[in-house]
Amino acid sequence: MSFFEMIYSALRGITANKLRSILTLLGVMIGVASVILLLAVGNGSAQTVNSAISQLGTNTLTVRPAGGGQASAGSNSTKQITIAVGQQIQAAKLGHVREVIPQVAGSLTVASTSVSQTGVSVIGTTPAYFTVGTNTVATGSAFTQADVVDMAKVAVIGQTLASALFPSSTPLGQQVTVGGTPLTIVGVLSPQGSVGFTDPNSVIIAPISRIQASFTGYGAVSSLTIEATNAASVTPAQGEVEVMLNQLLGITDITNLPYTIINQGSLLQTAATSAASFTVLLGAVAAISLLVGGIGVTNVMLVTVTERTREIGIRKALGATRGAILGQFLAEAATLTLLGGILGVIAALVGAQFSFNGTQPVVLSYSIPLALGVSVAIGVFFGVYPAARAARMRPIQALRAI
Amino acid sequence: MFALDEPQSTPVVQLTDIHHVYGSGDAEVHALRGISLDVGQGDYVAIMGPSGSGKSTLMNVLGCLDVASSGTYRLAGNDVKTLDEDHLARIRNRQVGFVFQSFNLVPRMTALANVELPLVYGRVGRAERRERSLEALDRVGLAARVHHQPQELSGGQQQRVAIARALVAEPTLVLADEPTGNLDSASTDEILEMFHLLAEEGRTIIVITHEPHVAAQAHRVITLSDGLVVADRVTSRTDLVGGRS
Repeated sequence: MSFFEMIYSALRGITANKLRSILTLLGVMIGVASVILLLAVGNGSAQTVNSAISQLGTNTLTVRPAGGGQASAGSNSTKQITIAVGQQIQAAKLGHVREVIPQVAGSLTVASTSVSQTGVSVIGTTPAYFTVGTNTVATGSAFTQADVVDMAKVAVIGQTLASALFPSSTPLGQQVTVGGTPLTIVGVLSPQGSVGFTDPNSVIIAPISRIQASFTGYGAVSSLTIEATNAASVTPAQGEVEVMLNQLLGITDITNLPYTIINQGSLLQTAATSAASFTVLLGAVAAISLLVGGIGVTNVMLVTVTERTREIGIRKALGATRGAILGQFLAEAATLTLLGGILGVIAALVGAQFSFNGTQPVVLSYSIPLALGVSVAIGVFFGVYPAARAARMRPIQALRAI
Repeated sequence: MFALDEPQSTPVVQLTDIHHVYGSGDAEVHALRGISLDVGQGDYVAIMGPSGSGKSTLMNVLGCLDVASSGTYRLAGNDVKTLDEDHLARIRNRQVGFVFQSFNLVPRMTALANVELPLVYGRVGRAERRERSLEALDRVGLAARVHHQPQELSGGQQQRVAIARALVAEPTLVLADEPTGNLDSASTDEILEMFHLLAEEGRTIIVITHEPHVAAQAHRVITLSDGLVVADRVTSRTDLVGGRS
C-alpha cells in the first residue's frame, strides 16, 4: 500500500464519523494554536525588552542620590552630588569612563501659543547627553556647550511633545513656555523606546544651566549618566566611579551610601531573563493543552477501533498482517492530528495579528514545524495503543462482532 | 496460477486427527473431536451438520483463522501449526478465498476497492490490481456497479462482490460459510450457479451449509455431528479422492 493510498484510506476512516473527527481535531488544533501563540506572546515581550536594551545603550550607568534626591538622615556625608562632582570625575580621566553627563529633572507645564501640556518631563543636561544611546537629534540640532555656558533659552523636544504642541507646523524655531520661561526649539529628538510607564518621547531637554537658573537651583543634580568606553567596561567603570565618589563625598561608611548606581544593562538583562522564563512557562501551559488534545485522540481512536472491529476482522481474513492493521490506524491518527495541527497553525497565525495586553506576539519561525511535528508525533504516540489493540485482535473474534 | 488439469500429488486440504477445544476447566468445549479428511484439487465439498456440530470451528481451522488445539492441518502441503500469525495472514491472503454468510464487505468502500483489498495486502501493484479486480467483477456480472458502495447493492449483488473478492487473488481454496444463508431464493440460485461454474473450472471449493439443496450441488457431502465426521458421501465425480474416515 503506497503512502498516498494510506493517507487516502486514513481520510476515508476520518470522514466516516465527521462530528467525532471534528471534535478531536479541535482539541489538537487548540493545543497546537496555543503552543505557537503563547510562545509568540512570550517571544514578543522578550523582544520588547531586548529592543529597549539596545535603545538605552548598554554602556551607561546612572548615579542617583539615595532617598529620592535628598541626602538621607542617616547618611554619613553632608556633601551632595553636584555638577562640580561630575566635572571632577570627568577630569580624573578614569580608565573606563568616557563621559559624565549631569542631569537635573523636573515636571513642568509646557505651552505653545495654542496648546498647553502639564506634567511634561523637563531635563537639564549638557550636549554630551545627545551622544549616548539613541538620544540623538532627528531634526534640527542639539544645543552646544556655548549654550550651556550662556544659559541660552533653547531646547530640544521629544516627538510626542512636538506633535502635541505643534500639530500642523514644524516645531523648529518656535517658542514654548516652560514654567513661565520662554525657550526656542532648536531640535527634535529621535523616537525613544519605552522601558517604563512614562512616554520617553514626551520630554523637553534644555541646557542644565538654564534649568538650574530657572527652576531647580544650583544644588544636587538628579542624576549623573556615566558613559563607559564600551559595553564590556560598564562594570569596571562602576567600580572606578564608586571609589571616586566615596573620596569626593568623604564617605567612610560604605554600608550606608548616599547614592545608588544603576547599571541599566544588567537590569535589562534580568528583565530579558525573566521574559525568557515567562516564555518557557507559557509554552509549558500550552503543551499541557496539547497533551489533553492527544488524550482525546487516544479516546477517539479506541472508540473507532471498537466500532470497526468487524472491519478489522474482514481485513485480517483477507490477509492483513498485524503490521498492516497497525499502520492503518496509526496513519489515521497521524492524519487526524496533522489536520488539527495545520488548522492550529492557521489559527495561531491569525491570532498573532492581534496584540495581547499590549504585547504584539512575534511568531517564532521554528515553532510552526515544531508544533506540526509534535502534533503528528502525538497522533502516532497516542494512536499506538488503540492501533496495537486493533492489530492484536484475533480474526475469528473480530469477525463475530456485530 | 497453476494448471488445473494436471494431477496433484498432494491434496489441497489434509486434516489428520484434528481436535479443537474452547475455554478451559469447567467451561471446556470440545468442538472438534478428531477429524481426518483430505480434499483434493478441484473437489467441490459441502460440509453439513446441525448447529453445534463443529461446522463453524472446522471452517475457521480450514481458513487459517484459528489454529486447532491438536492434530495436523496441511494446506497445499504446508503445516499451518508451525506458522506464526503474520504467516497465517499471508496464507489466508494467497491460498484462501472467503465467502461469508453476511457478505462481510468493508462498508463505505466501493465494490472495486473491496475486491482490490486482498491484492493490496498481497502487495500487488496498483495498475495490475485494478485490472484484475475489474476482471473479477466482470466475471460475477457486476462490471456496471464497480463504483457502488455495499449499502447501494442488493444482498445477491453484495455476495457476488464477495465472490469476486474471494477469487481475485487466485486462491488454492475457496471457503464459503453459509453463502446463501442471507439471500432470497432467486439470489441463492444465482450464487449456486456461480459456484457450479467455479467447480467446472476446477476450483477447489468447500461450502459449509445446513441447507440440503445447497449441499446437493456439491460433488461430495461431509456430515458432521458432535465434532466428528459421521458421513462422507461422494455424489458425483467419483474420480476424486474420498475421505479417510
